[in-house]
Parts: sequence; structure tokens; C-alpha cells
Amino acid sequence: MDLTLSPNELAFRDQLRAWLAANDPGREPAGDEAAFAFRRDWQRRLHAGGWAGVSWPTEYGGRGATLIEQAIYNEEVVRAKAPQAANVLGLAMGGPTVIAHGSEEQRRRYLPPILSADEIWCQGFSEPDSGSDLASVKTRASRHGDEWVVTGQKVWTTFAHHAKWCMLVARTDADAPKHKGLTYFLMDMEQDAVQIRPLVQITGEAEFNELFIEEARIPNENIIGGEGNGWAVAITTLMHERATLAFGLQVSVQIALGQLIEKARSTRANGRVASEDPVVRQRLAQLLIEAEVLRLNAYRGLTAIMRQGVPGPEGSLGKWHWSDVNQSLTELAMEIAGPHAMLDEDEWTYRFLRARANSIEGGTTEILKNIVAERVLGLPRMR
Amino acid sequence: MNFDFTDDQRAIKRTAHDFLEARYPSDTVRALAADDRGFTDEQWRELSELGWTGLVVPEADGGLGLGAVELVVIQEELGYALAPTPFFSSVAATLLLVAAGTDSQRERWLGPLAGGEARATIALWDEHAGWSPDHSEVEAANGTLTATKIAVPEAATADVLIVAAADGRHYLVDAGGPGVRIEPERSLDPTRKLFKVVLSQADAEPLALEPARIAHAYHTIVTALAAENVGVAQRAMEMAVSYAKDRKQFDRPIGAYQAVSHRCAQMLLEVEGARSLSYWAGWALDHEPGAAARAASMAKAYASDAGFRVTASALQVHGGIGFTWEHDLHFFLKRAKSNAHAFGDARWHRDRVAELAGV
Repeated sequence: MDLTLSPNELAFRDQLRAWLAANDPGREPAGDEAAFAFRRDWQRRLHAGGWAGVSWPTEYGGRGATLIEQAIYNEEVVRAKAPQAANVLGLAMGGPTVIAHGSEEQRRRYLPPILSADEIWCQGFSEPDSGSDLASVKTRASRHGDEWVVTGQKVWTTFAHHAKWCMLVARTDADAPKHKGLTYFLMDMEQDAVQIRPLVQITGEAEFNELFIEEARIPNENIIGGEGNGWAVAITTLMHERATLAFGLQVSVQIALGQLIEKARSTRANGRVASEDPVVRQRLAQLLIEAEVLRLNAYRGLTAIMRQGVPGPEGSLGKWHWSDVNQSLTELAMEIAGPHAMLDEDEWTYRFLRARANSIEGGTTEILKNIVAERVLGLPRMR
Repeated sequence: MNFDFTDDQRAIKRTAHDFLEARYPSDTVRALAADDRGFTDEQWRELSELGWTGLVVPEADGGLGLGAVELVVIQEELGYALAPTPFFSSVAATLLLVAAGTDSQRERWLGPLAGGEARATIALWDEHAGWSPDHSEVEAANGTLTATKIAVPEAATADVLIVAAADGRHYLVDAGGPGVRIEPERSLDPTRKLFKVVLSQADAEPLALEPARIAHAYHTIVTALAAENVGVAQRAMEMAVSYAKDRKQFDRPIGAYQAVSHRCAQMLLEVEGARSLSYWAGWALDHEPGAAARAASMAKAYASDAGFRVTASALQVHGGIGFTWEHDLHFFLKRAKSNAHAFGDARWHRDRVAELAGV
């Protein structure tokens, strides 16, 4: 057991830290268009510096980083409070999917513009009637010569209005068992058959969209991983990304917790500062402990992948546990705020509301518990 | 960066697991729980021969001089087996002697303790103590102690007592000396015998006043106890999962119901969290002493809660049978809950965490 970084890993971290310090992009501007332009510009700087797609093979413009270096990267960019790259879905999901399942031709065609942010990607998985039960998607694609005609509806599509390509899971065989009849397409968003409507969420902003697809056209060569293989293509990528993403999530919790402790120390309540209240201290301590568990489990998960090629039991727990911790953290912030919790006067109101989605997005806590129960503990399936 | 045990540590874990599984089947644990002494000389001898009693004693003092990680490994397996043994109490007292024993105390005791020829224990809690393990009102007078200590583990079979006193002082008292009375107490956990120790002008030799080294010893002790609860909780979880697969109600295994399966998933979350923290604390004690206080208190706080919650949840999964004496589960629940209160409960250790984090 050794929780220190090797000289190579330290050098990687220091190099990245130095680059981030020298390339501070400043504050993200308000407004969707301005914020997007800012993030696109940031990604171009990352790309020019060789810091976009760190885990991708060097032959496709990546850095060929090891798993640990990826984890360090995810930790450091959050620690530096760097903006999100504009093409986050292309970098984190689309690119790795093409690398894993795409043809050589597809890799050469799609990967460079993902890194340069010239082509933004979005994800068309969930539908109004297919949330947790993803394999039940109803969006249909039928073949007409060299192209496919697609009709259906997608929801929770981030960045749809900026995107060139949509990772679309559609049903291509209505007679096959539901997991078998799916195909993974890359759909060109720049066509009239795809209509985008922003979905305003409980925070008042519109991070997500609905997609209304009416006879959109997709060339046959835009299938990734072969016809009827869409479920496997969609799942392997989701699984692969979780292990290193956990590092970014745990650091963002550590940062938020540091800010919450500051808030507790600076908020006067009932004649003393909130951090002197024994109950507040207990709850802050519990959050510190839980945040440490997130960090350690992320390390353990990485070790398990390096040893066995697959995540260990703790790997299935990370996202679920993170959502519990982040929700508790924002709830405590509201409690410390006291009557100010009724006012929308600082970022904690937004964080509190936004955190409600944490236990839903990217797999609900209930589905994650099913996965743990069935695949890790070997309990019988409920269905 | 690597969260794996070394080959040596893995070998220790495997040996401990197999040995304890062979020596402490349910019948044996039950017999020892019902027995006043709670272990046999033969069991103690075997354990000493494995080198465990000398684990934390430096090589120069006749031990193996291994680290906290090795202790964590063994403690987890002892918890998993629910082995009734004075190992933990003796090691805990030994750690204090290693940390702050005077030259003559080390010379007199560490060799025999390492070899298993002697046993020690810690008399920590004042009779009217609150929940702070570091608060005592006992004062020495003329080289003697007059005090009543409660919940002293395995005192009747110990040769030497380390007695905690006011202001972080510790004294060594011969368990068989004049003015020392040891009375059995009824304990929540029948697999670990607890005693009241009444000292009336008992001869007491002070340990050296080494606050930092004593603190490090206590961090090691609570980490070891956290690891024990990891093993206890792991075993209770396995019992619950196995029962949920076999037990059928309404024509299906109860584990197919999400009310039950999600409860089991929650157990895994807490067991793995406690495991990560106690391994890390073990590592920090050996390699990153600056983080050890925080890591140890985090591990003890989390494992205190998790140990009880997981065993209680496992009992709920078992339904009525889990509430019977006949089923083994209650022994695990009692050990976990008792451990949760030993050497500082979750609340006390969370307070430490808050303080260390500058809250």
C-alpha cells in the first residue's frame, strides 16, 4: 500500500499545475452564448497545450496518459477551478466510444474535431418514457438504402443547441429482445428534422434540452460498433469513464466543503458563530469523513482496475455515495444560513437546488443500489 | 500510488483468516462467550506462536516491529471470526508501553509481552466518566493509585495494568499486587470480558510523559478497533446476503425485494467506507504521521457507526430468527456496539475531526 505519487506522476502533476497557473482563463461570463464561447476558447487553449483528451492514444491527438495520470488530471483541473471544456461529452464519452468501438476511418474522421472543439457532441440516450430503463427506448430508425430514417424524442440532452453530433441510441429491430434491437448512431444535429427545445429546470436555468426528431437522416456509415450492438456500445463507455471521473467529483466535494466550513465560521447565528454549534460541528465532521471515503474509494477503484482490469466493489458505490454527500452538504449549508435560506442571495441556493438532480442524473440511486445488490452482492434479480 | 496490500501483508491476512476460521467455529465462540475466562491457554499459545503478540513490539525489545497496517489486517480478521481473545487489550496496553515505557519498564515487560508469556490491559475509564476517553480525575499519591476503573477488558487474566490518570499521565500497576481488586462485570459483548478494577493505594509506576508518542499509540489503538469493526460488519453483511438469497417469502427469495436488497447495498457502502478509512489510517500511522490523528479518528468514527448500523440492519434482514439467542448474529451486533463505545465513540471522534480540520 502506497498512497504517494511516483516521481513520474509527480512530474505530470507539477507540469499540469504549472500550465494551469500560467493559463488562468479568468471568470466565466454570464449568459449561455458568452459562457459557451468562453468554454470553447478554454478548450482550444487546452488542446494547444496538449491537455485535451489526456487519456486518448497519442496517434489520435491525445496524451496517452496512464489511469493514474487521468485521475490526477481530473483532480487538478477541479482544484484549479478551471472551467469545463466546451466539448465535455465528446471528450469524456464520445471520443472514448469511437476509440473503443469505431472503425479506423471513424477515428480519423471524428476524433480531431472533438479535441479542437470544432465539433461539439451531445448525448441522445434518455427518452420521456425511458429513464432508468434505458434499453426500452422507442426512437425508431429504419433503413432506406444507404441511410437510416429516425423518428422519436430524446430528453436531458445537454448542449444540444451547440452540438454538431448526437450520440443517438435508437431501436433498429422492433422484434428483437429489447437489449438486442438497439444501434448506436452519430446523428448530424444540423438538419431541420431535429428540433431542440430548452428544458428549464428547478434552478431556473436550462442546462438540458428536449430533442424532437422527425424523419432525420443518418448515413449507414455513422453507425458505431455495428447494427444491433447499441446497448453494449453505450454501456461500456459509461462504465469505463466512471472510475476516473470519481476523482473530479471527490475534489469538487472537498472544495465545496472547504467553502461550507468557511461559511460556518463566518456566519453569526444565535449569538455565536455557527461553527461553534456542536450539532453543526458534528455534521461538518461527518461530511469531512464521508468526503475522505470518496477520495479513498476513488484510489481503491483505480488500484482494482489496474490489478484486475475491472472496477472493484467500491467502484459501483462512488456515484451513489457522492450524490448522498453532496446533497447533505448543500442541506447543511441551508441550515447554517438560517432565515437567509429563504432568500436567494448567494450560490448556495443554486447548489442546494442543483444537488437534487445528483441522485437522478447518470443513474438514479435506486438503480445503482440494484446494480450493487445484483452484480456485487449476487442477490436475485427483482424482475 | 497503490491501495493494495504488499505480498507479505496479503500472506498475513490469508494465514490469519484460515487460522481463525479453523480455530473459532461458531460452537467455540459460543462456548467461550459462556465461559468466565473467555479463552484457553492453548488458544493464546497458538496465537503467540504466530508472532501476533510481538507484532507491535520493536525488534530491539524482542518483537517483530511490524507496522499498523499489519495490525489492521489481523484485527479485521479477528473481527470477522469474532474470536474471543485478550489479544486486542494486551496489544493496546503494549502499544502504550512501547510509546512511553521507561527503560526498566520496557526491559521488564516488552519481552514477555511480545512472546506471549505475559498479558497486559488498559484501565481507561473512571467510574463516573463521560464519553471522553482522554478525561480522568485519577491522581497518584506517594507512588500509589486509589481509583475505580470500569469496563477494563480481560483484566482478570492480565499480568500488568496500564492505568490512565489525570493530565494524560499513565501508570503501570502489577495486576496481582497488593491493593488491586479485580471484579467481573456483566458486559454487553460476552465475547470480550470486562472488569471493574478497584485500586486502593496500589503501587503505581509512572510511564514517561510523552504526549505525542502516547497520542500516536492511541491513534493506533482506535484504528485497530475500527478495523475489527470492519471485519465484524463484513461478516454480518455476508450472513444477511446469504440469508436473503435462501429465505423465501411470498414464493420469492426475500433478497429479490428492493426493501431488502437496497438495505444490503447500503451495508456494502458502509463496510467499504469503513474499510477504506481504516486501511488508510493504518498506512498513515506508518508513513504519514502528520495525517494519522485525523485518519484514525475518521476511521473510528465511521466504523463505530457502520459496525452497529450494518449488524443491526443484518438482524432486520433476518427477521425473527435474528432476534433469537440461537442465531449467531447478536454476538456480532454486541461486539460492534461495544467497540463503538470503546476508546471514544463516534461523536467524540467526530469532534476530534472537526477540531483537527480547524472547524
